[in-house]
Amino acid sequence: MIENKGFLVGIEKRKKRYNLILCIILLMLLSLICINMTLGTNATYPLSDVFKVLMGQDGIKGAYIIKNLRLPRTIAAVFCGIAFGVAGNTFQTLLRNPLASPDIIGVSTGSTVAAVYGILYLHASNGAVSVMALISGLAAAGAIYWIATKGGYSGARLILTGIGAQAFFTALINWMVLKGAEYDVPSAMRWMTGNLNDIKSDGLPLLIFVVIIITGGIMFMGNILKGLELGDAYATVLGINVNLSRIIIIILAVVLIAFATSVTGPISSIAFLSGPIATRICGKRQTNTVSAGLVGACIVLAADFVGQNLLPTRYPVGVITGILGAPYLLYLLININKGEKV
Amino acid sequence: MSNKKIYLTIITGTVILIIASMLSITYGAKSVGFADVIDAVLGRNIENYNVNVVQARIPRTVFGILAGAALSVSGVLMQTITRNPIADPSILGVNTGASLFIVIGISVFNIQSKLSYISLAFLGAMLTAILVYKLASMGYGGATPIKLALSGAAISTALSSLVSVFVMPDSSVMTSFRFWQIGSVGGASNEDILLILPVVIISLIVSVFISSDLNTLLLSEETATALGLNVNRTRLIAAVCGVLLCSSITALAGPISFIGLMIPHLIRLLVGSEQKKLILISALYGGSILVISDVLGRLLGRPGELESGIMTALIGAPCFIAIIRRAKVANI
Repeated sequence: MIENKGFLVGIEKRKKRYNLILCIILLMLLSLICINMTLGTNATYPLSDVFKVLMGQDGIKGAYIIKNLRLPRTIAAVFCGIAFGVAGNTFQTLLRNPLASPDIIGVSTGSTVAAVYGILYLHASNGAVSVMALISGLAAAGAIYWIATKGGYSGARLILTGIGAQAFFTALINWMVLKGAEYDVPSAMRWMTGNLNDIKSDGLPLLIFVVIIITGGIMFMGNILKGLELGDAYATVLGINVNLSRIIIIILAVVLIAFATSVTGPISSIAFLSGPIATRICGKRQTNTVSAGLVGACIVLAADFVGQNLLPTRYPVGVITGILGAPYLLYLLININKGEKV
Repeated sequence: MSNKKIYLTIITGTVILIIASMLSITYGAKSVGFADVIDAVLGRNIENYNVNVVQARIPRTVFGILAGAALSVSGVLMQTITRNPIADPSILGVNTGASLFIVIGISVFNIQSKLSYISLAFLGAMLTAILVYKLASMGYGGATPIKLALSGAAISTALSSLVSVFVMPDSSVMTSFRFWQIGSVGGASNEDILLILPVVIISLIVSVFISSDLNTLLLSEETATALGLNVNRTRLIAAVCGVLLCSSITALAGPISFIGLMIPHLIRLLVGSEQKKLILISALYGGSILVISDVLGRLLGRPGELESGIMTALIGAPCFIAIIRRAKVANI
């Protein structure tokens, strides 16, 4: 009995520790939000002014910049960061490979194909581009899944098929960019790097809604995800309907990633950085859906701040996260290849 | 494999190559007749407009054949020394490595000459290939296909974000770099071809020369050592040849992906994996297939053209997926 108690105490302790870490990440996120709202190259506003503006007080200097430029930008950064982080972590857990994030196995690129087509050839509005990116992201993921799992599911084959599909989509994108009208190409290129410059506040409520609902859904399926991570055999023994739950989880994650991609473009590295970082600081005892999402949001905010304010040229956020990602990727590759059979 | 079948394969390959070259020279935005081609080759009737068109298309065709052959042989060598069915310059991230070095060369050192392009491309390609292979072969099981593909894809992603750091702030770099992101055989001039020709030919000859050693290497490392082969030296020579072949082409044409992956698999199906035949016939078919995809690109991309780098990726990526699906290929 005493031993049993000790066992439970351990669980309680780890739970407390996890919650503590979550609080710390949350605090970090809040301070990053404050920094992004107050500091800027052209003007710096005190935090109290920012609050007053947000509370609807009139006549404050810089109200326009705070309300119409910085607020939408910050909200988009936070929620897209959460979306990329959660979706990436879900894929990595499901495929049991930290490198199998949506931006390496072709899902994000599938969204990009339709978005670039919409921008270059249909001159579609932001909303229409988002819808097209969403649908084609889902279709791409569906096609990759179908081709790879015809004749039995294998995570390795899914990843390799994704890499092949990625190359195919990239070629299509290059083709369209090359043939597109010259004055449309910059906007397509900007979209493809992933940036927060053209955020309009009217699209944001939908983004917030979708991110919250789907993240909730993935959290709700957390135990099932944890079961699937053990492998098909164990998951079946645990009473999980393997194929059905896998498909549902993939659809949820793809909707999330496609939706975020449709707002900001594919911000590189967030999806594959957040999960491993979250696992690193929180341990592997729980599905790190929440922590990965918060880490993702922190990275996007921090990278956007660096890209806007700290460098000689203004870089879109995607470039900064790409550079951040590179050394970490090397480190991850070394560790994975040394540590375990992939 | 019966000799008859091999001869048949060689003859078919030669016929395809000739037809492809004829198409490449005659077909295009301006169609020309057969007589003009003869005139152009013999150097007669220089004032004629059509003859000039033909003369402009000849370097493109020659370079297409050369590039296809070099990339295919490079693919054969890489697949043999890594014992991995999906080894290929583009999968190994070699193209991106070459691109990164070129971009750094353009923006930091302001390089102009083709020679410095080629040497930088070679340096970048070699370093990236070594890095990716070393990363993939760490730990349990050595460089398995999935580890190699993931390492290559990940390193490519990392390097291409570095590329955009150099390209983004400077629009002049962007302009000189543009042709790089999309491989094309259209930009090569006679002088360029002459510059890389010795490199390509020497590497091809060396590859054929070491092909019997490569056969031994294919048995297994232990057997090869027991048979008295210097395994490391053979590997090193083959790797240098493979990287030289693909990087010299990449330096001129930009990244042309998947030729090095597809052709060796196709040829292995036809003639088996005896290295000398594989290398020679892959070179033959690689040249014709790249020329054909260039012609197809001109056909599909009218009134302009569709760069061959895009065409090969559009054809090659589905082939890659098909190769993954064939589990048998795992033991080449």
